[in-house]
Amino acid sequence: MLNRLTISELSAKLGRREVSARQAMQDCLDQIKKVEGQIHAFISYDPADALAQADEADQALARGVKDKPLLGVPIALKDVIAMKGRPLNCGSKILGDFISPYSATVVEKLQAAGAVLFGRLNMDEFAMGSSTENSAFGVTHNPWDVSRIPGGSSGGSAAAVAADECIASLGSDTGGSIRQPAALCGCVGFKPTYGRVTRYGLVAFASSLDQIGPLTKDVRDAALVLNVISGYDPRDSTSVPRPVPDYSAALDGRVKGLKIGLAREYAMGGLDAEVGAAVQAAVKQYEKLGAEIVEISLPHTDYAVATYYIVATAEASANLARFDGIRYCARVDGSDPMDLYCKTRGAGFGPEVKRRIILGAYVLSSGYHDAYYLRAQKARTLIRQDFLEAFTRVDAILTPTSPTPAFKIGEKASDPLQMYLSDIFTISCNLAGICGINIPCGFTNNPKLPVGLQLLGKPFGEETVLKLAHAYEQSSPWHTERAPIAGS
Amino acid sequence: MPGDFDIKYTAHLARVALTPAEEEKFGAQLSNILGYIEKLSELNVDQIEPTAHAMPLVNVFRPDEVRPSLSNEEALRNAPAGANGLFMAPKIVE
Repeated sequence: MLNRLTISELSAKLGRREVSARQAMQDCLDQIKKVEGQIHAFISYDPADALAQADEADQALARGVKDKPLLGVPIALKDVIAMKGRPLNCGSKILGDFISPYSATVVEKLQAAGAVLFGRLNMDEFAMGSSTENSAFGVTHNPWDVSRIPGGSSGGSAAAVAADECIASLGSDTGGSIRQPAALCGCVGFKPTYGRVTRYGLVAFASSLDQIGPLTKDVRDAALVLNVISGYDPRDSTSVPRPVPDYSAALDGRVKGLKIGLAREYAMGGLDAEVGAAVQAAVKQYEKLGAEIVEISLPHTDYAVATYYIVATAEASANLARFDGIRYCARVDGSDPMDLYCKTRGAGFGPEVKRRIILGAYVLSSGYHDAYYLRAQKARTLIRQDFLEAFTRVDAILTPTSPTPAFKIGEKASDPLQMYLSDIFTISCNLAGICGINIPCGFTNNPKLPVGLQLLGKPFGEETVLKLAHAYEQSSPWHTERAPIAGS
Repeated sequence: MPGDFDIKYTAHLARVALTPAEEEKFGAQLSNILGYIEKLSELNVDQIEPTAHAMPLVNVFRPDEVRPSLSNEEALRNAPAGANGLFMAPKIVE
């Protein structure tokens, strides 16, 4: 049952040659076989390819290779991150049978660190959604209650970790797409500071907001993956040339005297009572650990959702223009190029992607650009200033990650605006370009569903966020609980 | 402004063919979303500089040197139609 282990536990066993990488990969594949019928976290996976990589890792282990921190660790990828020679669909049918001609830099970095990379994890189409119901490949189910959504857009990435189908996974986060599914599935999810992790080979949704990050079983594992994937990449001009510290060294439990901000604007209606109670209890726990709780204000919070859905859809409408049926995509023929584009995109994109690119085209269109897009960019300045101002007083900001636990499949599918409003705690992080983590902080009673808290940190404040997250995690039992389906 | 939202025109700008049923449904949903977004007009943004990017980096250059790139064959591998090492597209000019 090596699939149940964390990265650090598995690495220790592999390093002592107690177990093999092949056995670890095989245990993940056995678990996938057992639970995928109910979870559907993966769009596809290739057991022979995965086992061949595991065998290579075993050969390296036999040679005594010591300098590869993820050697032999099975890690699965969201279907928006390119890996050479493997399918790439972004949860959409428009890409047809696309095969990646190159690998994302994060994939090359994980490979250089020895990881066994496998699988294409399900997601909302082009990462647009909060429930993974917008995938063209079917819905992913929450491992804690398979009648419920896993969150999104990295729903497959969170469900696969929570159901022990892999040791860790990568997701992408444009407005909460790593943190929210991590919260609803009960795992750790980290959205790095904008520019901390290269986006080369990540299919772009909203280029000024997107970041790749890890979903893991504990905070230490998140730090281990961040150590590998962070850093400047000449192939992504928005990655920031700044040294990468050893994030695991930050996990020293020294949180005494650190200041945690609670934003008064986040104490609003619509918060589930059990979520609120779990987060309150975590705040008390932080006080016990020696952190200081400080009330802060983020005065432009009320404008964040509107700002986000203008900026993100505008960027998406431009980014998704490339899916035109000429160089790639499942083409639908037309009488002229315009006819071909419209038909290919009409047939290939699902409803949420269509809504968002139409909205994006509208807010950028002549006559409306200044009223919507330019105004939203200015509102974004105010939102970012709110956070930078707050961070002059506190080291991190604590919020619930999602206002509710996982909801039933289909429950919110007919009302896109209600779905957007549930992103309130996560989207500002991307607008402001700061970092954030979800960690488990309890469960609802009946049914038993995970609750997550979010810690937001300064730009490049990853170490402080990880330190605080780790200290709470180690003083609480939540991260040790497994979804019933994982252990069955 | 949401009142004059023209779904047919905007879908064409986005190069997406919609069925009549989609036009009706998305038109209503997007009018509703635009109604919500309207709240940004309350905000005083005079004298505020727009943010295009959270991490302002300017003039990122790389050395001007030749580097390997995809081969012609690799670049065409996912093309729906290709011939003679080129992408095939419908006729643009008569």
